[in-house]
Amino acid sequence: MIELVSEERCVTCGLCVKVCPTNVFDADDAGLPVIARQEDCQTCFMCEAYCPVDALFVAHHADEKVEVTEQDLVDRSMLGSWRAIIGFGSNGKVSMAASDTTPILRSVRPGAGGRGEAQRQRNTTV
Amino acid sequence: MTGPAEERLTADVLVIGGGPAGAWAAWSAASHGARTVLADKGYLGTSGATAPGGTGFLYVEPDREKREKAVAERLKSGGFLSESPWIYRLMEQAYLNIQLVEKWGYRFPLDENGNLYKSHMQGPEYMELMRRVVRKAGVTILDQHPALELLVDEHGVGGARGVNRLTGGSWEVRANAVVIATGGCAFLSKGLGCNVQTGDGQLMASELGVEMSGMEFSRQYATTAAFSTITRNRVLGFASFYDGEGNLIHEGGPREDHFFAKHLAQGPVYAKLTHGNTPEKQAIIRASTPLWFVPFDRAGIDPFTQSFPIQMRYEGTIRGTGGIRLTGDYCQTSVQGLFAAGDAASREKTAGAKSGGGAYNASWAIASGTWSGKGAAEHALAQGKDASHRNVKPAGRHGLAHTADSTAPIPVREVVKAVQDEMFPLRINYFRSEPVLAGALERLDRQWPLVQGAVGPSATGRVQAREAAAMVANARWMYTAALIRKETRGMHTMAEYPELDDSMNRRLLLSGIERIAHRWESVPSGGQTVPPVTVKEGLTV
Repeated sequence: MIELVSEERCVTCGLCVKVCPTNVFDADDAGLPVIARQEDCQTCFMCEAYCPVDALFVAHHADEKVEVTEQDLVDRSMLGSWRAIIGFGSNGKVSMAASDTTPILRSVRPGAGGRGEAQRQRNTTV
Repeated sequence: MTGPAEERLTADVLVIGGGPAGAWAAWSAASHGARTVLADKGYLGTSGATAPGGTGFLYVEPDREKREKAVAERLKSGGFLSESPWIYRLMEQAYLNIQLVEKWGYRFPLDENGNLYKSHMQGPEYMELMRRVVRKAGVTILDQHPALELLVDEHGVGGARGVNRLTGGSWEVRANAVVIATGGCAFLSKGLGCNVQTGDGQLMASELGVEMSGMEFSRQYATTAAFSTITRNRVLGFASFYDGEGNLIHEGGPREDHFFAKHLAQGPVYAKLTHGNTPEKQAIIRASTPLWFVPFDRAGIDPFTQSFPIQMRYEGTIRGTGGIRLTGDYCQTSVQGLFAAGDAASREKTAGAKSGGGAYNASWAIASGTWSGKGAAEHALAQGKDASHRNVKPAGRHGLAHTADSTAPIPVREVVKAVQDEMFPLRINYFRSEPVLAGALERLDRQWPLVQGAVGPSATGRVQAREAAAMVANARWMYTAALIRKETRGMHTMAEYPELDDSMNRRLLLSGIERIAHRWESVPSGGQTVPPVTVKEGLTV
């Protein structure tokens, strides 16, 4: 569930309030997003993906609260990590779609037999 | 909500829902010349089961042999409830539209032969692109605008009303055609992206007299790490599984039928991705399904070397195939002007009785969206005047402030919990049997009067009360249908009737909400494959 809105990083753009599919945030009088309905969070990580300044953190647990501190998340390079994988905000330099390995996933699947090894060697030479 | 709405718009077509089906419907309607409004409960780009994760598509090259093979396989696995002309049409439409997605800029990866691989998309980029496509087509997008009820007169549907979750104000869109693309119903199970879909569209359609079809095909779960929402089973294909004592129960690779449910019914099950046993393999598995690993990285668990508990999350009619009965080639329903697309609609015509999860449903969202958008646009544009001149009335009857039959407030949380207690347990909904389902249905019936209570004034309160009513209705339809279909077919099983019964090679239709009636419909045979919808337009966004 969503556990953190970093007041220090937040630029009060209001995007998280608008993009959350289950309406978890309210904006306060200063425009700062407040986690108003944490129990409605569906742990889909979309708010983080859209936050332009990596100010949000969704913890791993879908049903239980997880204690987090901003400093620890910074130290562990967690803030903005999901957005970075997708490549949102990278001006096209990173694209999760373009680096999708689904087409070769089958070749490493158990039961794929000897084909897997050969296939992967071919892939690495491409 | 009996007074005038704060926000009022008039359009030709109103699309309710902003997942892939709604996006394609709005694009298609606008591309056919209709003034189009899309209203979503959340946000077009993040709403729905597709946006957060990745999804496979039914994507078959226009090769006669390949397509004939795919159709033959599905007719059989779908329990003979699908129709070959619809499957051919689905394949062709999805194939053509996925070429558009490529031209619009989706960055498909290369396969091992250096060709673009177009049968899988990553949801965040796909739906971010679709938002731009829909905007460019000229659609007015209303985010955070859940619809609460349809508007109707003697000529059929004439729009919808709802609430703006950001302002708390009400909205009304008049339109001569409405496409319901609100998704299936998974009862807030927290399967990835599934909590927006609470069966609201099915309830709205039913209040207008539309039938549901195939609601028994709702016995669908997905396996996740116990703490996680990421329902992507393909990663677990690399796992070995262990019981609570750490004994190996499966070494990896193909699993027997009902593997997860059978073992989870006996006790905890743990997994470890033992087959991702080289850094190279781990990198490939990660990059195919990156979100699956995010919760692990955050929890500090390495799933390749550490075992983790798993559970099954219910996916209802999101991966099931039941929903609003379609009556025409362009996703018409039995009500004039009302169309349905995506998981809100019954997918029996294409997927049959077997889960359309992943491939079939994702392509169905594209195709049915495109078809319904064209149908809705043509219907609306054929009307003499726009819907602002019609004397339409709100059609909602349950879970709304103006329909309350008592002053006691709807106990939303208690009702939702009670419904989940009947729909989630494997022993009730997975291992289906007559006495157990009958008991569950009886308890669900007792929830129905509760959702006729009073509704508070807040936006959240209004939306959640209506969702509670929709979930009770959908749950009752599912178990009513399951008890009537006394056989085992596709995803529907009944302990007392373990075989497919040829006399039930028919679809099961339900009507009504308080009192549910049923009838059988034979599956149309033969018929021509309707040509695909093509749109001439600029291809860049």
